[in-house]
Amino acid sequence: MAEYDQEKRKAYWRENVRLMVVLLSVWFTISYLCGIVFVEELNTIRLGGYKLGFWFAQQGSMYGFVAIVFIYARRMAVLDRKYDLHE
Amino acid sequence: MELQTLTYIVVGITFSIYIGIAFWARAGSTSEFYVAGGGIHPIANGMATAADWMSAASFISMAGLIAFFGYGGSVFLMGWTGGYVLLAMLLAPYLRKYGKFTVPEFIGDRYYSKAARIVAVICLIVASVTYVIGQMKGIGVAFSRFLEVSYEIGLLIGMGIVFIYAVVGGMKGITYTQIAQYCVLIFAYTIPAIFISLNLTGNPIPQLGLGSMMVGTETYLLDRLDQVVTELGFAEYTTLTRLSPLNTFVYTLSLMIGTAGLPHVIIRFFTVTKVSDARVSAGWALIFITILYTTAPAVAAMARLNLHQTIQPAEGGNLVYNERPDWFKNWEKTGLLKFEDKNGDGRISYTADKASNEMVKVDKDIMVLANPEIAGLPNWVIALVAAGGLAAALSTAAGLLLAIASSISHDLLKGVFRPEITEKQELLASRLAMAGAIALSGYFGFNPPDFAAGTVALAFGLAASSIFPVLMMGIFSKRINKEGAISGMIAGITITLLYVFQHKGIMFVASTSYLGDMKPNWFFGIEPNAFGAIGAVVNFSVAYVVSMMTAEPPEHIQHMVEDIRVPAGASSAQSH
Repeated sequence: MAEYDQEKRKAYWRENVRLMVVLLSVWFTISYLCGIVFVEELNTIRLGGYKLGFWFAQQGSMYGFVAIVFIYARRMAVLDRKYDLHE
Repeated sequence: MELQTLTYIVVGITFSIYIGIAFWARAGSTSEFYVAGGGIHPIANGMATAADWMSAASFISMAGLIAFFGYGGSVFLMGWTGGYVLLAMLLAPYLRKYGKFTVPEFIGDRYYSKAARIVAVICLIVASVTYVIGQMKGIGVAFSRFLEVSYEIGLLIGMGIVFIYAVVGGMKGITYTQIAQYCVLIFAYTIPAIFISLNLTGNPIPQLGLGSMMVGTETYLLDRLDQVVTELGFAEYTTLTRLSPLNTFVYTLSLMIGTAGLPHVIIRFFTVTKVSDARVSAGWALIFITILYTTAPAVAAMARLNLHQTIQPAEGGNLVYNERPDWFKNWEKTGLLKFEDKNGDGRISYTADKASNEMVKVDKDIMVLANPEIAGLPNWVIALVAAGGLAAALSTAAGLLLAIASSISHDLLKGVFRPEITEKQELLASRLAMAGAIALSGYFGFNPPDFAAGTVALAFGLAASSIFPVLMMGIFSKRINKEGAISGMIAGITITLLYVFQHKGIMFVASTSYLGDMKPNWFFGIEPNAFGAIGAVVNFSVAYVVSMMTAEPPEHIQHMVEDIRVPAGASSAQSH
């Protein structure tokens, strides 16, 4: 039973880390890539009055961060139940 | 009604609310004093975190910085919000699961070492005190303008108010006060922005107004702004980059890591009931913060445009100095705005050329406070902004002072030097520590090292280079041991401090900078405020190498790490 419990915890942790890696790549893309590294290229595209790179740096990245945190909270709540490790 | 009277009334009402709440929710036990008893709802906690988080730097300084740095100001927007993603995923749920009162307490337990705990306390105090200094400058600026007192008197009043409600209320009082402060500051920030956006673009939502056309024209607001500033010789607003792109990258990273490493933010997640609540609460905090942070770029661009259009309404038709508006005169009195009639024509000329520019001083910190006046908004809106700026500065100062006080009374006194003291004595000690911290930060407030946001950015660098790496490694690695953690923290914060002091002077005394604040001396062109990310990399590397060369942590520590990784079996925060 204890060994089964160990395995379960390991599997839970692996899934958690995988989810984090995916979400952190999104986090990196919308801020560092779109907002800083490729800002000049994106600035050639317009979003209304905004240049797109400028929009990512001063608006879009932040909306993305909010979405990431809530997606993480929701997915983890599902994961907690799946492995029966919730409070 | 006269602006002065109105300001006194609005500020007076909000202050009475804060103090009233503090007495209603005053702390009776150490658990209530440190973590509000651990029973705060995630949305309420998110709101309190947002107020705790958004300081004078966010409210007063940030939009002003963006107004003059344009795109270059984005580092503050991304840096101060993106850290919540790191916090929500990498730290908050696990630290909540562990369920202790303070950050050094976790570090001391995880690295089974009192020395690690003491080093963590020192890092925490250095970072937090630096941060409080920034708040004190903000408090001084806001009071001096709105109550028409000197900067020093303003600072003293602010210290007094914080003293009353933080010392009496502890975390419980602070949390409920911060909820009220969030409401005040978000109204104060968004209402003028809505009015100004409506005036300029006809769109009441500032986030959309910034991307809209100017009223009655076919020109987008940002294009118009680019045109106005480039005609005066300034760099184009939407593409202006401060220093190098590498510096922008590293600066943003420093602010993000620092956000996730600042103790006063981390302890907020000890106050919720469950591990899952810690994750959700981080999301709510970020929403409440994002409301202000996505409004700020609109405020910045519109304030900059209004400023130039007031001074130069038409080509060649510069404002006559004797006909300058009231807000101009008021800010001249504070010394933060200065005009010098260089060409003697009695008109104000504001250009990028230093020789002919007559606006010899436009302090960036005044932009948000002056913005509603520049736009000609009604007096009650201006009074509201004053109250909002004060709410932002006071709420953050209180949260930081609590983090400092709890680390002294709980970690140093109770945890290391005098474990036998009773709860009542510990409570008294933390109140005394808080009073001491207020006095110390007030002293630095009288001698501030840099403008508010700059000082704050420095605090982030220090938190990023010391606290965040050891917390993260403590959760994600079972192999990092006490030798690694201690040497990592010391290496990270030392290299960051040395770099900062080298360029800004020891303890910010400019004359003692040993190599001079010369850009050619910057490591890969990275400015001192942005150096925290490099310090964090040093911290991670040193901790890893040292850990690999020394014995692995004892078995019970490895079990503890496994245990904090799962939510099951969490209890509310406690000291033992």
